[in-house]
Amino acid sequence: MSSNEFYTLKVNGTDLQVSDAWIGESLLYVLRERLGLPGSKGACEQGECGSCTVYVDGAAVCSCLVMAASAVESEIATVEGLNADGSLTDVQEAFVTEGAVQCGFCTPGLVMAVHHLLDENATPSELEVKEALSGNICRCTGYGRIFAAVEKVVAVRKGVHS
Amino acid sequence: MSAVKTRRDVLGTSSLRPDGNAKVKGDFAFTSDLHAENMLWGATLRSPHPHARIISIDTSAAWKIGGVECVITSEDVPGQLTYGLISSDQPVFARDVVRYMGEPVAAVAADHPETCRRALAAIKVEYEVLPVLSNAEDAIGDAFIPIHPDGNLIRQQRIVHGDTSVEGDVIVEGHYVIGMQDQAFLGTESAMALPDPDGQGVQVFVATQWLHEDQKQMAACLNLPAEKIRLVLGGVGGAFGAREDISLQVHTALLALRTSRPVKMQYGREESFFGHVHRHPATVWMRHHATKEGKIVKIEARFVFDGGAYASTSAAVLINGVTHTQGPYKCPAAVVDGYAVRTNNPPCGAMRGFGVVQACFAHEGQMDKLAAAVGTDPVSIRLLNAMETGDTLITGQPVESVAPVARLIRETNEIPLPAELPSDANELDLPGGSGITAERQHIKRGIGWGVSIKNIMYSEGFDDYSTAKCTLSDGKVTLKFATSEVGQGFVTLAPQIARSVLGVTDAVCDTIDTQIGSAGSTSASRQTWMSGGAVDGACRLVRERLFEHVGAKNNIDPIRFAIEDDEIVDTAGTFRMSVIEASQGLTISETFEHHHRKTEELDDNGQGNCHVAFAFVAHRAVVDVDPELGLVKVVQVATAQDVGQVLNPLSLLGQIEGGIAQGLGLAVMEEIIVQDGRVRNPSFTDYLLPTALDAPVVVARMIEEYEPQAPLGAKGVGEPPCISVTPAIVAAIRDAIGKDIPRCPVRPQDICL
Repeated sequence: MSSNEFYTLKVNGTDLQVSDAWIGESLLYVLRERLGLPGSKGACEQGECGSCTVYVDGAAVCSCLVMAASAVESEIATVEGLNADGSLTDVQEAFVTEGAVQCGFCTPGLVMAVHHLLDENATPSELEVKEALSGNICRCTGYGRIFAAVEKVVAVRKGVHS
Repeated sequence: MSAVKTRRDVLGTSSLRPDGNAKVKGDFAFTSDLHAENMLWGATLRSPHPHARIISIDTSAAWKIGGVECVITSEDVPGQLTYGLISSDQPVFARDVVRYMGEPVAAVAADHPETCRRALAAIKVEYEVLPVLSNAEDAIGDAFIPIHPDGNLIRQQRIVHGDTSVEGDVIVEGHYVIGMQDQAFLGTESAMALPDPDGQGVQVFVATQWLHEDQKQMAACLNLPAEKIRLVLGGVGGAFGAREDISLQVHTALLALRTSRPVKMQYGREESFFGHVHRHPATVWMRHHATKEGKIVKIEARFVFDGGAYASTSAAVLINGVTHTQGPYKCPAAVVDGYAVRTNNPPCGAMRGFGVVQACFAHEGQMDKLAAAVGTDPVSIRLLNAMETGDTLITGQPVESVAPVARLIRETNEIPLPAELPSDANELDLPGGSGITAERQHIKRGIGWGVSIKNIMYSEGFDDYSTAKCTLSDGKVTLKFATSEVGQGFVTLAPQIARSVLGVTDAVCDTIDTQIGSAGSTSASRQTWMSGGAVDGACRLVRERLFEHVGAKNNIDPIRFAIEDDEIVDTAGTFRMSVIEASQGLTISETFEHHHRKTEELDDNGQGNCHVAFAFVAHRAVVDVDPELGLVKVVQVATAQDVGQVLNPLSLLGQIEGGIAQGLGLAVMEEIIVQDGRVRNPSFTDYLLPTALDAPVVVARMIEEYEPQAPLGAKGVGEPPCISVTPAIVAAIRDAIGKDIPRCPVRPQDICL
């Protein structure tokens, strides 16, 4: 099952060694079970729910669908990398204050998806928000408070820039 | 009154979740995130057949695989071989017979999930396939041999009420079909068991709705005293009813005890579909008799709930169904027959709405038929029949709860309708979404109504209670309870209660585990009432002792004290002291058990005060439909909900919006497809859930009428949002296309063929 070989993944700017791993392991499994980064969640194992959203070279992907060993040359960013200084990002803050968190299982993936959306499009329309988040399933909230959180971040960022 | 010095998150404020920061950072430990030194992974072998005799099980090849530490079957269960919430009829592992596809047959523990998969593949089970009882109607009577020693009929209940000879001027009839819905919580089943060094006990971290019930059932199967099984609530990724039954609890603990090593089990999504109970699929026939004006004079009904292979809570689901036949309407006479049956389909049990969803889908379809038959509209017919406090249910039980049904309908009706779909609507706003499938000119809009009544808390004489301990020390409160936090926000509410009662700011929740008495289940919309009542009671006891202490020190009769903001004040004098100061160097701890009032069992005619209290809600749905392609877009859901006192507006809104999304799922997309006992779509690719693009605009009004029976004046709010929204959406589809659709979910072929 395992071998003495190892490979290195660059996660949140740090090189991390993955050793004794089975080559077929998904990036999600390696992040969670081998690198001690359980912030990305697994809920469907087939790229339908978005709970495992991470960035690989800046693209938001479902880490359950990426083979870890195929990501050795890439820059990987996970939810754990959002809080390098310990404080919440504006998106995280808005998720808490606007009631976008219930059970919280989808939350890390959604936080990653929202950051990605707003990095690409600072002022998305309502439909653009819905489309961008339609790959992230939330079973608790019905999405209303998640939309409210996105709206709040957009409004605050606009205020800052104007 | 002293001026408010600091803003404290007391009752009535939108206090934020104490676990919110951890959850947005990915720091919150869900059960599946847990790890222990030297931990093994567990996995379950499941039956590929819905019904088969087990001829033999050969585990020898699995034992030989490197990394495999343990293989267990029914032979290894040290105690009771079965478990179950109401009757103990479900095997820990199938022994002689498998009765549904996915039934556990064996389990393994190994060093890696992949080793587990290989080990499961190496277990040889020889089956003799048996005929499948898949049609629920065949389970009634003698049409099929009993598939279980307890028989094929789980429970039957008749209701006969009032003058049953009465006939209406107008009679409307309908047959309704409700599909099998999955709770589809995102965090799949997970548990981690840590065996005691002496092998005589085990600590289990588990995602569950009811720690003490799990403990009781596990103790029986493991043949250990309950106190030797110490359960701790691991982080729970949603529940919605699916965590009320045992799934992997016994397996995980047994593997840990056998291997003397920590074992973690975690279902994948496909396994999760087989690993928990679902919402009962049901067929409901109703015949409403009414005056020519449309006033209901009698209802006849017949319910068949398909319980699947094992009983779970089917008996209670049945009672909820039949006792809610009339909906939130006056009804002087009724004859109802209900059956909960056993089949070789997946076991069904609790899901948000618990039997009332099925009844509501039928009675709301009937109300629209009645409106049409007497020439009135959906709103008028509902107002004409609206139930009020003091009315008598078809069980003979008086409705003592606040019952603002007419107000809910009126307030929902006042909510403005959404704008017309523009002629140049974005494709994402059309039914079917981004596939550019629907065309604007084909779209038809419809409006539909649904109104419901839901019993809250447990029924039929069950001694339902919750326990909480409050400890005040140096101005800081710690609350201890076994109430499962599954996302609903009890960990937010409990400190709010403590802040209100004790005038403190600093209030936290202790670990949720079995080191205190039971809290009952996080289900039946009961925890705000039950555990809220327990926390409130414990805090009040502590307050009494604090007042006694301060009174003795200052020579004031403690009866004169009250809490004002964060101070103790003498209501008949000038003394005042902050709670922080008053409790310095002091530790006061009190435990309180809150019981709701007693209920009764039903008699043979279905008569008896079997429910504790009721909550009501109205929904109006607006949909756009493409009649040719059978596609639906739910545009808006307007709702007014009877909530009693609002304790946390933000949490409440989350329950309303989340419940509506689940009800939408049942209306137009969510169904576990079962053919001859075989589940055809156990994945999120094939079992569709509402996404951000499916979410309608929700316009909600919280109708705040204090419920005098409730400890905090608040009704449970979790279930009502998902109940009548389903019939409202289906009624809107009927309205759009002018076709009678008797089932949910509505499939494209139901619309266009």
